[in-house]
Amino acid sequence: MVSETAAPPRLRLENIVKSFGPVRALKNAQFDLRPGEIHALAGENGAGKSTLMNIVDGILQPDSGRIFVDGEEVTIASPAAAQALGIGLVHQEIALCPDLSIAENLFMSATATSGRLLMDFGTLRRRAQEVMDRLQPIPVDTRVGDLSISEQQLVEIAKALTLDCRVLIFDEPTAALTEPEAQRLFAILRDLRARGMSLVYISHRMAEIFALCDRITVMRDGNHVSTDPIAALSPETVVNRLVGRELSRLFPHKAQDLSQKPPVLSVRGLSDGRRFEDVSFELRHGEILGFAGLIGAGRTEIAEAVCALRPRTHGDIALNGVPLTQQSYAGSIRSGVVYLSEDRKASGVFVDLPIAQNVTALRPSLVSRFGLIDQARERSFADALGRKVGLKRGRITDPVSSLSGGNQQKVGIAKMLSVNPSVIFLDEPTRGVDVGAKAEIYDILRELASAGTGIAVISSELPELIGLCDRILVVHEGRIAGEVADGPLMTEEHIIALASGLQPPASAAA
Amino acid sequence: MAIGHQTSGGATETARAPAPSLFVTLTGHREMGLLAIIVILFAVMSFASPYFLTVSNIKTMLLSFSVEGIVVVGMTILLIVGGLDLSVGAVVCLSMVVAGQLFLGGVDPWLASLGGIAAAAAVGVGMGLCVTRIGLSHFIASLAAMVIVRGLCMVITNGSPLSLFSLPKEFKFIGQGSVYDIPFVIILFVVIALLFDFLLRNATAFRQVFYTGSNEKAAAYSGVKVNKVKFLVTVLCSVLAGIAGIVYMARLGSATPNFGVGMELNVIAAAVIGGASLKGGTGSIFGAVLGIALLSIVSSSLILLNVSAYWQEMIKGIILLGAVSFDHLLNRYRAK
Repeated sequence: MVSETAAPPRLRLENIVKSFGPVRALKNAQFDLRPGEIHALAGENGAGKSTLMNIVDGILQPDSGRIFVDGEEVTIASPAAAQALGIGLVHQEIALCPDLSIAENLFMSATATSGRLLMDFGTLRRRAQEVMDRLQPIPVDTRVGDLSISEQQLVEIAKALTLDCRVLIFDEPTAALTEPEAQRLFAILRDLRARGMSLVYISHRMAEIFALCDRITVMRDGNHVSTDPIAALSPETVVNRLVGRELSRLFPHKAQDLSQKPPVLSVRGLSDGRRFEDVSFELRHGEILGFAGLIGAGRTEIAEAVCALRPRTHGDIALNGVPLTQQSYAGSIRSGVVYLSEDRKASGVFVDLPIAQNVTALRPSLVSRFGLIDQARERSFADALGRKVGLKRGRITDPVSSLSGGNQQKVGIAKMLSVNPSVIFLDEPTRGVDVGAKAEIYDILRELASAGTGIAVISSELPELIGLCDRILVVHEGRIAGEVADGPLMTEEHIIALASGLQPPASAAA
Repeated sequence: MAIGHQTSGGATETARAPAPSLFVTLTGHREMGLLAIIVILFAVMSFASPYFLTVSNIKTMLLSFSVEGIVVVGMTILLIVGGLDLSVGAVVCLSMVVAGQLFLGGVDPWLASLGGIAAAAAVGVGMGLCVTRIGLSHFIASLAAMVIVRGLCMVITNGSPLSLFSLPKEFKFIGQGSVYDIPFVIILFVVIALLFDFLLRNATAFRQVFYTGSNEKAAAYSGVKVNKVKFLVTVLCSVLAGIAGIVYMARLGSATPNFGVGMELNVIAAAVIGGASLKGGTGSIFGAVLGIALLSIVSSSLILLNVSAYWQEMIKGIILLGAVSFDHLLNRYRAK
């Protein structure tokens, strides 16, 4: 490579291509990272950010393209090779051993490669505590399984800090962190930058990117879109580049004034005695109702309690004025209140089962006669519902794993629709879904709402809630902290202030 | 973020998958592959030994695995739901000795048989409760059940075999009789296998078994009463083992307290060779039946070829290893 006039970039990726079977995750990715900068990598889910960073970390191998470290071309065959080059990756997903202590987790790879016969627990504990104290002083003898998710995330980050790295990649590190924890992390990242380390920061959150990063690279559909100094861009420009179209065209039109419409679902004083308390709300005819809040605020738990997926201790639920007393989710499905889980692969769909069997999973008896499934009817039933949600698929008997994330989610939605529900709770309905499919899902939801189905959407992506919902309830520590109607007050700042328990608008600057 | 999200999310337009090649289609159906192996084995063996393709030899081979085949049916369903039962051999024995002891105590043999099956069912209920209420794994619950039930068999029989030659002729018909020259045991096995194969493929109730085994959480989030399904399938497996015990008793005219030792491993091997996975979610009765047929054909071939019995066990193990490895490699090849 011809070196540039200045020092060569610490890391440079040229024309990276990567396919998984027929799916081209990376078509033409470019990236470069200078010494001593924090470089934001932004893109929608499915844009290829994580694939690219997994290539840098040696977890995946590119089909073609070149990688340079300090101006020298390299191949990175494994995470160990990446580490030898001084590259470390903090995964978004927590990969820790829950039954071991924090200290043992922090030095997992050092222990594995030390070649020593016995563990040196004293040194281990001391060095672990030093690293941990920089983030949060949790005793390092604590079993990782006993930590909260956000504390585990901090351990994951601490683990990367123990490596002797010059390039550190953070994949949505704040996804599970509380605001103060995130602020502490930012201070550490700035400190690392000051010491000459190069950081890649993958995030969805514009506010964080603009507060922290020096440059930003935007990716879309596996392609490099742009790389600019952060100061040259506005958040709006970045969002439009991410989405590849004007945001306003992503969302369908909202409903007209709904305040006079009758409620489909009314919930009064709902508590489960643990995660949430005294939750009351109404879901009106034709409305899409959003639930905003931080991770762990209790939004999922509220939805699950309404659907009898978890027990409730207090509270009344009425569907079209008729009280619901069902004790199990099966009963809730019969009443017409259904829930689509946030974790698509783990609990939303059966990835190994055929599409048709997924669609009929809520009530196989719909396509059965005398207790036997009519396979032909099951297929045509699933086909009809699949068409209704715009499912792009191979054969209806193919496993769901053969579909893209967006289409898997459509299978989940078709499954919900199979029982003609009155109310659907959708938890993170567009997580891991590409932009095109997102827009389609929004359209489907709006269509359903217009036809009289109550739609409740839980989402951590505020632009999504703001663009889609007629009304947003903000949940903070298990209580409804506020309600935001469509209009000028429906802004990210206002919702974040409510979600973090601050009184708006006085401290809305946070 | 999961790599999988990225890969799947990357494609906005999921094109229709290209039609799989004939090779993939054929090998994709485990049953077809097994059937092919069995046919080849038959062809080779008929050259090697003139006795192999005789009616009486085929009958003997069918007989040799028919009763065990009934147990395989239950085990396969349990494997599909994500369970496992190490106690089936012991439960076969329990059913036998309970029924035998009751009969010797003067109870009508049919009623005594019901008693034996009820005892088997009780073991299933116990294991099912341990799994669904306490939260033990099937492995541990059934390992404990196996040891307990073996002990119980010894207690019931005082450690010595029960001689049941006085069983009435009508009862012995179950194990020794023939209809149009076809042994009743074979008919019973074929009926049970066909019935459950059909139900597993088509019955609404059994569909829940696949949902639960494929992804327990997703099943719960689809309104499936996961624990109920697991419990009932565990009991079903024990009941089928109990029925097999009664058939063995009628066939052998005796009940020995150490009968069926090691049977569980043979049964699990057959189901796994037939395509069931220990992770749950996949498997078929037809495949499992072919699996046990293959194991039994191989051992009778080895006998005809005068291979020492010591070698036979070893070869069985190699077949299990080979079948499962082949499947894994094929899946990996396809995933690429």
